[in-house]
Amino acid sequence: MPERAGGTSGFRGTEFAVEAVIKVLGSSTIGFVLLIFVFLLREGVPVFLEVSPVNLVSTRWYPTFDLFGVGPLVLGSALVTATAIVIAVPLGVCTAVFVREVAPSWAREVLKPLIEVLAGIPSVVLGFFGMTVLAPIVRETLGAPTGLTAFTGALILAYMSLPTIVTVAEDALDAVPKSYRDAGLAMGATEWQTIWRVVVPAARSGIVTAVMLGMGRAIGETMAVMMVTGNAARMPLTLDSLFRPIRTMTATIAAEMGEVANGSVHYHALFGIGIVLFVVTFIINLTAASAIFSKRRRGGLR
Amino acid sequence: MNRFAIQRIGFAVLALAALVVVSPIVLVIATIVVRGISAINWEFLTAIPREGMKAGGIFPAIVGTVILTLGTALVAIPVGVGGAVYLAEYARDTAFTRAIRLAIVNLAGIPSIVYGLFGLGLFVLFLQLGTSIVAGSLTLAIMTLPVVISTAEEALRAVPTEFRTVSASVGGTQWQGIWHVVLPQAMPGIITGIILGLLRAAGETAPILFTVAAFYLPRIPRSAFDQTMALPYHLYVISTQVPGMPEQIQYGTALVLLAVTLSMNGVATAIRSVFRRRREW
Repeated sequence: MPERAGGTSGFRGTEFAVEAVIKVLGSSTIGFVLLIFVFLLREGVPVFLEVSPVNLVSTRWYPTFDLFGVGPLVLGSALVTATAIVIAVPLGVCTAVFVREVAPSWAREVLKPLIEVLAGIPSVVLGFFGMTVLAPIVRETLGAPTGLTAFTGALILAYMSLPTIVTVAEDALDAVPKSYRDAGLAMGATEWQTIWRVVVPAARSGIVTAVMLGMGRAIGETMAVMMVTGNAARMPLTLDSLFRPIRTMTATIAAEMGEVANGSVHYHALFGIGIVLFVVTFIINLTAASAIFSKRRRGGLR
Repeated sequence: MNRFAIQRIGFAVLALAALVVVSPIVLVIATIVVRGISAINWEFLTAIPREGMKAGGIFPAIVGTVILTLGTALVAIPVGVGGAVYLAEYARDTAFTRAIRLAIVNLAGIPSIVYGLFGLGLFVLFLQLGTSIVAGSLTLAIMTLPVVISTAEEALRAVPTEFRTVSASVGGTQWQGIWHVVLPQAMPGIITGIILGLLRAAGETAPILFTVAAFYLPRIPRSAFDQTMALPYHLYVISTQVPGMPEQIQYGTALVLLAVTLSMNGVATAIRSVFRRRREW
């Protein structure tokens, strides 16, 4: 191999170094996910040794008396999230269909930025609005002693997951080829029939992804939920539970971590809840991602 | 009923759904602006809180949020843009690349409070940084990464292949092509992504709860290892932890926080739309 001029080998050296650095930066995300999981395990796993399994799955969360039953917290999160999704999915999918398929361009120009604005409103601001404006309305409508209920939390959560659901569902509709729509219309179907019998079914997997991502968003939401759900750690087993105060997993961590001694059983228990949240959102995102990855990417130098 | 009548009713229902989605957004913003605007004056923005936060201003919280956002940017921009360059320009479609993408999707989905736990476990306790601006910024930066990487990668991929081919044809190395040609072309999209990521960091409360946020610290932080007040946490504190708080101060604080995030959102949108109009490819 002929000897290279100094300048060229300098180039090659730079090129090599830069590529190495870029590769490290590119892989850093894997490292961060692992690091997060390792530290959750490190601080959370001791709780499974310190507290009996029977206690952990019991129905009472009362750390002062060494009762660490996550039942009410898990069910609280489940109730609020499920209700939020029931509210948000029809609204979100209909809005996505409206924006992509029906709306005149001026309406689209108004709707899309507004939905983006909603995504940018800090959760603590929505929680504050929920406390001061929404909760009194809920209280008076229900005639309940308090407006800080699971339902109030679900309403706020529904709106917090809407930007995700609308945007992802709209992308899914956007990916349906125009020829599908043309074929539907050419068969004599109305636009309405084409939308629901051709376009939406074709975008199904993307819409499912949208719902999954919205659900992940709702389960993990902390501040707004903590501010409007009343934070009572009781099992939501009766029919009226939706309209009574409740406590979620996220709110429990946020409310109690500031007051526990590092390394105490209670501290480990809160990290244990963190492990549960991590695993649940991991599974949800994995499911959602499998749909994303099956979609072909375009553009770029390959 | 004929099918065109059904269609008209159907479209009306869809329009109604969209209205139900967006009108509360307008209501939230309008309520906070109307009730908060009277609290906003020079003293509120530049004075320290007095009388148990029931009087005076919110200056330390504003400064704290600015510092935390800059600290986040310091870490998230190089790591995020570097990661995006790797994915868009270098990575082949291997199992390793798919693992990176999976990691990004999962980072984006991890609840913000879990980031808070992680920051407490790693930065505050294990690395002994204490509850400090460094610990809080690092936590927020990792949370911000997926947004920055995804949008920056999209911006890089949108630059047509010809730009790279031409750079290579005049003898540029791959990195020279990226640095002098591709990155400048993708810059508006990258900046939009960075702002969107930082906007999220500026508004977050849960990740800073145990890593940096001070309940009440009526001064400017002295070093990167100091605690600080921050706007989102301050709003949480004065609306839930302090009894008898004047509503005006609560709404005023909410308005300042909302103004910060919405103006960042506006800047990002403006950059994007101006760029789309000017772009020649």
